[in-house]
Amino acid sequence: MLRFLGQRLLLMIPTVVVPLVLVFLLLRLAPGDPAAQILGDQASPSEIAALRSEMGLDLPLPVQFVLWAKNIVTLKLGTSFFFKQPVIDLLPQYALVTLQIALAALFLAVALGSILGVVAAINKDGVLDRGLVGVAVLGISLPEFWLALLLIFLFAVTLRWFPVSGYVPPADGLLASAATIALPALALGIRQSALITRMMRSSMLDVLGEPYIVTARAQGLPEAMVIGRYAVRTAAIPVVTVAGLSASYLLSGAVSIELIFSLPGLGKLLIDAVARRDYPVVEGAVLLIALMLAALNLIIDVVYALLDPRVRMG
Amino acid sequence: MTDQAPILEVRDLSVSLPISGRMVPVVTDLSMSISPGEAVALVGESGCGKSMTARAIIGLPPPGAVVSGSIRLEGRELTTLSPRERRRVGGRGIGFIFQEPMTSLHPTLSIGQQMTDALRYNLNLPTRVARDRARELLARVGLPKERDLLNAYVHELSGGMRQRVMIAMAISCNPKLVIADEPTTALDVTIQAQVLELLIAMRAEIGLAMLYISHDLEVVAEFCDRAIVMYAGDQVEAGTPVECLKMPHHPYTRGLVDAIPHAGEARARLSPIPGQVPSLGSWPRGCRFQPRCPRQDDRCATRPELATVVRSEVRCWHPLVGEVS
Amino acid sequence: MTMAATDAMLDTPPTPAGPWRRLLRNRTAVFAISVLAALAVLALAAPYLTNAQPLRISPGIRLKPPRPQNWFGTDHLGRDMFALVLFGGRTSLLVGLLVTLISMSVAITLGLVAGFYRRVDMVLMRLVDGLMAFPSIVLATAAAGYLGPSVTTVIVALSIVLIAPVLRVVRGQILVLRELPMIEAARAVGVPDRRILARYLLPAIMSPLLVQASFIFSAAVLGEAALSFVGLGVGARDVSWGSALAEARNYIQNAWWIVVFPGAALVLTILSLNLLGDALRDSLDPRLARR
Repeated sequence: MLRFLGQRLLLMIPTVVVPLVLVFLLLRLAPGDPAAQILGDQASPSEIAALRSEMGLDLPLPVQFVLWAKNIVTLKLGTSFFFKQPVIDLLPQYALVTLQIALAALFLAVALGSILGVVAAINKDGVLDRGLVGVAVLGISLPEFWLALLLIFLFAVTLRWFPVSGYVPPADGLLASAATIALPALALGIRQSALITRMMRSSMLDVLGEPYIVTARAQGLPEAMVIGRYAVRTAAIPVVTVAGLSASYLLSGAVSIELIFSLPGLGKLLIDAVARRDYPVVEGAVLLIALMLAALNLIIDVVYALLDPRVRMG
Repeated sequence: MTDQAPILEVRDLSVSLPISGRMVPVVTDLSMSISPGEAVALVGESGCGKSMTARAIIGLPPPGAVVSGSIRLEGRELTTLSPRERRRVGGRGIGFIFQEPMTSLHPTLSIGQQMTDALRYNLNLPTRVARDRARELLARVGLPKERDLLNAYVHELSGGMRQRVMIAMAISCNPKLVIADEPTTALDVTIQAQVLELLIAMRAEIGLAMLYISHDLEVVAEFCDRAIVMYAGDQVEAGTPVECLKMPHHPYTRGLVDAIPHAGEARARLSPIPGQVPSLGSWPRGCRFQPRCPRQDDRCATRPELATVVRSEVRCWHPLVGEVS
Repeated sequence: MTMAATDAMLDTPPTPAGPWRRLLRNRTAVFAISVLAALAVLALAAPYLTNAQPLRISPGIRLKPPRPQNWFGTDHLGRDMFALVLFGGRTSLLVGLLVTLISMSVAITLGLVAGFYRRVDMVLMRLVDGLMAFPSIVLATAAAGYLGPSVTTVIVALSIVLIAPVLRVVRGQILVLRELPMIEAARAVGVPDRRILARYLLPAIMSPLLVQASFIFSAAVLGEAALSFVGLGVGARDVSWGSALAEARNYIQNAWWIVVFPGAALVLTILSLNLLGDALRDSLDPRLARR
C-alpha cells in the first residue's frame, strides 16, 4: 500500500507542473502589459518602465521562469497587482466558496446518481428504467447556466425560497450560507448526477451478468444483499472514475454558475485576474486548483484501492 | 438404486429462452430423480441443455426464461414457491459448484467474507462462529491451514485452490444435494484429477447426493451411479454409465462412445459423429438426432417416447442392442 | 456476462442485422437525426427565413413579447430573438462541427501513436494528465486575451480542451487491439508500422470513434455556449445561443422569452447529439446492444 501511494504521488507531479508552466507561458506571451494596465491610461512611459522593472517583467523570459519557479516552490506567491494583498491571504476565502459548492454538488451527484443508477439497472427495460434513462439523457443535455436560470426563475423569483444571488459565508450563519449555495449546487449537481446515473446503470448491468452474482444467489443470499453488497461493490469501481471527473470539473471553478449567482469563487477570481493581467493571482489560483486536483486524484486512487484489492497489489 | 424417497425429483422439465424475439425451447420434458447419496450424471455436448437444466433446478435460469414442469426437493415442490422462499433453497437445500471458479467467486470480497455471508445468513451463525466454521471447511477441502485464506482474494489463489474454495462454499450450509456444473473443465489436467478425487471423497464422507454435469462419459463412469445422456434439449438415454459406455442403445450415445480416443489406438479408428448439433430453434421434428443418424427412417419423423431397452431408458425407434465392438 | 454464458450454452449466432439498419430501426436515433437535420437546415437557411438582422439594435422595440413581427419576441436591445436563434444556430453548429473535426483528428493521430509505441505513450499520457488538470477556463480566458474574443478563439480553445478525452479513448482501444493475434501476426511478417496503424488499427476503432464524435460534438456545442455566456466566446460581431443568453439573467422576471428560446434550441441540439451517440453506441457495439 505504501509503495502504491508513493507511485501515485510520483505520477501526480506532472498534473501540477504542466498547468503551472502552461499558465506561466500563456500569461507572458499574451499581449497586454500588466504594468500599463495597473497604472491606467494616464501613466507615462517612464512610470510604466519603472513598474515593469519592479515587477521583474523586463528580465529575459528564461530568467523570469527561474525566479518564478523558485517562488512557486517556496510558496512565495507574491502580491496581487490589483488587490494589493498577498495572494496567499487572498486565495483561501475564494477557495472556500468553490469548495463549498463543489462538495454540495458532488454529494448530490454521487448520492442521487448512484441510487438512480442502481434502481434503473435492477428494473432494466421496465417503465422505471426507461423513465430514468430518459431523464438522465435530458439531464446531461442541460447546460448548467441555463438550468441555473430556470432554477432562479422557479425557486428564487417565483417561490422565493432562496436568494436570487449573493453569498453568505458559513461563519455568518450556517443556514443562510446553505441557502445561498443551494441553487448553485443544484444547478451543478443535476448534470453530474445524470452522468453518474448513466455510468452506474451500465456498470450495474455489466456486473449483474457476472457469474459471481449467480454464485451469490445460488448460495441462497437474499436479493437485497446480492445487489447491495455483491453487485454494487464492483459496479462502483468505474463510477469512481466518473465521480472523480465530476469533482475535478467542480473544483476548477464552474465560472458560469459563479457569475450567475454572484459568488466570489475561484472561477470568478481567475477569470477576473486574467482579464486584469494580475499574474500572481492567476498563478496562485492555478497552483491551488492543480494541488486540489492532485489531492483529489490521490483520494480517488485510495478509494480505488479500498474497493478493489487487485489494484492494491499494483 | 435405492428405494428411499428421492432427494430430487424432476418431472417434465421444459425450459424456453427468448432468442431474437421468440421463445425457443432449450430443454424439453426432462425427468429424473436422485436418491439420497446417489450421484447422477448429466452428459452431453455443449449446447444440449444440461447447464440450463441445472440452472432451472436451482431457480436461477437466465433472464426471460420460461420454466415448466415439476421440481421437488425432498418432496417439496419448488416451482410454486415464492421467489423469496425459492431463493432460500440455494445454499441450504442445494449447493452449487460452478465451472469457472475465477469468475464465479467475487473479485473484491475476500474468501472469508463470501463464505461467512452464506453461513451467517443461512445458518444464523454469529460472525466469529461463521469464520471458525469457514476455516474448518477450507481445511476440509484440503487447503493448507498455514495460509490465512479467509483474508485472501480470488485472484491470489491458483485454479485448483479456487475450485476447492468453491466446493467448500457449496457444502458449507449442509445441503443434501450438490449440483456440480463441469467443475473440472476450466482446470489444468493434473488439477482436474485432484479436484475430482476431492469431490468423490466429500460425497462419501458426507453422504451427499450429487448431480454431476459433464461432457465426459468416461469420467462419469468412475463414480456416478447413473448417467442421463442429453441431445438437443432431450433426454435420449438413461442408465448406468458403465452400461452406456459398454452397451450404448441410442445411436447418439454410441456416437459419443465411438468418438472417445483410446491410448494406443490409431487415429483413423476414431469415428466422429457426422454433421453438427442443430442450432436452437431449428431442431428437427420427431427425433432430434435423425439428420445425423445412420439408422434414420420414416418412423423417426415422429418423436419416440422413452422406453426400456435392456437395463436403460432410451428415446429411439431403432435402439442398438449389441455390445460395442 | 450471463449473456455470453447463455450463448455458449445455446450456440446460436446473433441475428446478423447490419449496424446501420439497426440504427435506422431505432426510433430515438431517427428522431435525433431528424432534429439535427432540421436544425442544420434552419441554420443554413437563416437569411431566407427572416429579414430581421440579428445584430440590429432597435431601442424602440425593447423587450417585446412574442408577436407577429417578432415570433420569439425581442431582447433588451430590441434585437429580434427569432433571428438571434436562427443565426446563433449557425455559429453554434459551425463551432461544434469544426471543433469535432479538429480535436478528433489530432486525438486520433496522437492516440494511434501513443497506443502503439509505449515510450511515446508514457510521455504523452502524463502530458494529457497535466492538461486535464489545467482549468479550461484559464485556457479560454488566455486565448480570448491573446486572440481577442471571436469564433476562431472559441474553436481553438475548445479543440485543445477536447483532445484529451478522445485521445484517451483512442489509446485505450489501441492498447487492447495491438495485443490481438492479427496485429502480432502482421508485425511478425514485417508489415510496416504505418501500414498496421492505417490499415488494421484505424478501421478497427472507427465505430467507437463515431460514437465519440457525437459526444464531442455535443460537448463542443455546450462548451461554446458556456464560454459565450460568460463573455469569453464569440465576440460582439457574432451571435450564438450562448451569447444570446448572456444578458438573460437580468431580465428573467419580465422577459421569459429571452431565456426560453435560445436555451430550448441549445438543449434540443445537445439532447439530439447525446441521443444519437447513445443510439450509435448501441447499434455499433453488438455486445452492448444486446442489453
